[in-house]
Amino acid sequence: MRDRFNYEIETLKQRLLDLATAADHALVGALRAFAENDETGARTLVEADSAIDAEEVGIEEECLKLMALYQPVAGDLRLLVTILKINGELERAADLASGIAARTLDPEGQPEPGGERFDFSAMLSETHRMLRQALDAFVCHRPDLARRVIASDDAVDALHAATVRDVRRRLLQYPKQAGYTLGCLSISRALERIADIATNICEDVIYLEEGQIVRHAQRLDAPENIHEQHDSDR
Amino acid sequence: MTPEEPKIKIRARNLSFFYEGGHQALFENNLDIPEHRITAVIGPSGCGKSTHLRTYNRIYSLYRGQRAEGEVLLDGQNILDAKTDLLALRRRVGMIFQKPTPFPMSVFDNVAYPLRLHFRLSRSEVEARVEAALQGASLWDEVKDQLRKSGLALSGGQQQRLCIARAIAAEPEVLLMDEPTSAIDPVATLKIEDLVLRLRQRFTIVIVTHNMQQAARISDQTAFFYKGRIIETGPTQQLFTAPREKKTEEYITGRFG
Amino acid sequence: MNASVFPAARPRPPFWRKVQDRLVAGCSLLAVAMAVGAMLWVLGTIVMRGATVLGWDFLTNPSKPYGLPGAGIANALLGTLLITLTAAGMAIPPALAAGIWLAEFGKQSRTAAALRFCANVLMGMPSVIVGLFAYTVIVVPMGTFSGFAGSVALAILMFPVVMRTTEDMLRMVPDTLRESGLALGLTRCRVTLQIICRSARNGLITGVLLSVARVSGETAPLLFTALFADAWPTRFASGPTANIPVLITEYATNSPFESMHRAGWGAALIITLVVLAINLTTRILFREKKA
Repeated sequence: MRDRFNYEIETLKQRLLDLATAADHALVGALRAFAENDETGARTLVEADSAIDAEEVGIEEECLKLMALYQPVAGDLRLLVTILKINGELERAADLASGIAARTLDPEGQPEPGGERFDFSAMLSETHRMLRQALDAFVCHRPDLARRVIASDDAVDALHAATVRDVRRRLLQYPKQAGYTLGCLSISRALERIADIATNICEDVIYLEEGQIVRHAQRLDAPENIHEQHDSDR
Repeated sequence: MTPEEPKIKIRARNLSFFYEGGHQALFENNLDIPEHRITAVIGPSGCGKSTHLRTYNRIYSLYRGQRAEGEVLLDGQNILDAKTDLLALRRRVGMIFQKPTPFPMSVFDNVAYPLRLHFRLSRSEVEARVEAALQGASLWDEVKDQLRKSGLALSGGQQQRLCIARAIAAEPEVLLMDEPTSAIDPVATLKIEDLVLRLRQRFTIVIVTHNMQQAARISDQTAFFYKGRIIETGPTQQLFTAPREKKTEEYITGRFG
Repeated sequence: MNASVFPAARPRPPFWRKVQDRLVAGCSLLAVAMAVGAMLWVLGTIVMRGATVLGWDFLTNPSKPYGLPGAGIANALLGTLLITLTAAGMAIPPALAAGIWLAEFGKQSRTAAALRFCANVLMGMPSVIVGLFAYTVIVVPMGTFSGFAGSVALAILMFPVVMRTTEDMLRMVPDTLRESGLALGLTRCRVTLQIICRSARNGLITGVLLSVARVSGETAPLLFTALFADAWPTRFASGPTANIPVLITEYATNSPFESMHRAGWGAALIITLVVLAINLTTRILFREKKA
């Protein structure tokens, strides 16, 4: 019985990691498509999101099945719950990435030829690293790594704050490019949120490994969302 | 558990137990049983769970050569002391066994018999208390028309509830349950679990169980026994989601035992 | 288990196994037929030979010397009843007590082991020796044969049987019943007498009845003790007392007269019926327990 359960869990973990890779690709691809104004690529990415959504549902069903059939406790229970939560987080990350790709398709979304472009490379590489390391912490059972990733969330928040200031400046300076500028604001917010998602995953990993819920401990003093609610996705 | 710490009803201190021939079954265990809480005792077969429970009412002293060392403090008094009045102790600490053990008499007499021995009661008082005890054991509605029937004629689950009624009629303070549902079908088991949860308000309950889901469902505190030692004790929720000890984790996730 | 690990095996035809099966079944059926046949033969003979003399006079008149008309076996029936009941009265209470002690208190102790050993020896002892014993201790000092001496001999035979069955029956009661009694704060004495003995009640009654049935047919001890008399058993304690087993022995083997032979068979039929009745009673008691 134990062997069967282990096999099912391992299979499920592999599916989750594949989902993570897909979300990660979507993120990097979306920013590349936006920077290069690659509408075909962007469209492919937006369409690919529904496959990710389907896989997320599949993983969730598998989790629920294992819970119902094996009634896991202790480490097994924490692992399944963690998979369930990471699964949801990854789906949201992929949604945000698809939202970024959708900016490319916005007819007003591009700057005037030769106009000044936003540079997201620093933010992207930071967010991308956090997401990868969060999953590494999950796979390699490393709560210490998870804690470091949580700590680095502030850097992304700072980059986002800088972008917001930049957006304010540009809206006044280049009012004709408002469409592009506002699009970039939402991209920056999406990246910042994906970094938050990486943080959430890390908290789940700490719960998985140490059995204590660390959420809200550090987050309470972090600056709350200072921007207006913006439901661009979903 | 509630924020304020409950009173400790039973404290086992350095409790060791020996069977005939010096075979040691328990090794210097410490365990606190909080009042009006359900404490579940889990662990693989033959690890000393039942043995531990059986020191709380000294039922082991029926057998020659069995002996306990250390202290078991019931409200601060060491019941392992030779001067302990066993009849009084066992009125305060009732016990339910693995197999239902109705006495060979009618349903009514099964409950009334110990009642009459412990208390001076008039006929009508006895009747009232028998009814209350059967109500308390969620059995009244099923047997009220067959009180004269032999207790042995009831179904297994009913017999076990009859035994619970018999035990609570003596108004004990502590109820010990030694795998009370292991010989009973799943539906009757759930009934007894509901019953145990209701009894929690009136009694301090210690339940030995092989069924970990059962321990998780009904208990406030869980103690894990392994090879005669208490490996871990903690709030049930914590023990079943995030046990501190590796052995506990292995046992409750089914990696051994 | 994967079947392909081994090369395909040649199947073994089941013919011989079936033959074996039939053979064993046939043998046991034959054995049963023989046992039942023998029993029916014995019963049939007794009924055929005994039934001819049965009648109201036979059952109500006392035995008389040969030649006197209207002889019966009533005095012997009454004598056997008296002797057996007295024996039961003497043997059963201490035997029950001893059995309870062995099962509940003595258990593994040395005294208990010694008692069990003695009982086993006593049970294996030929009844004629027990009769001889009663003859030496009671008949010789008193200077007379007596029904009472017969009762003592039978009581000695009953005691170990009742004691051991009592012990066995009580031991069959599970320990948890003892524990649950004690766990309610009952004393050991109450648990034993009111719960353990009560749940073993049917077994105890059966043991007692079977021992009574067994000794009621004992002949050898009575030859040395109660002997026989063609009179009503008025001098039970001080004189020879009529009884069925000795009557049967005397009439059927030591008498040259045909009428006495027939009376002996009639008495045999009566005692067979009594023993059968006792056995059936115990059967019915057990059936009640199972229902």
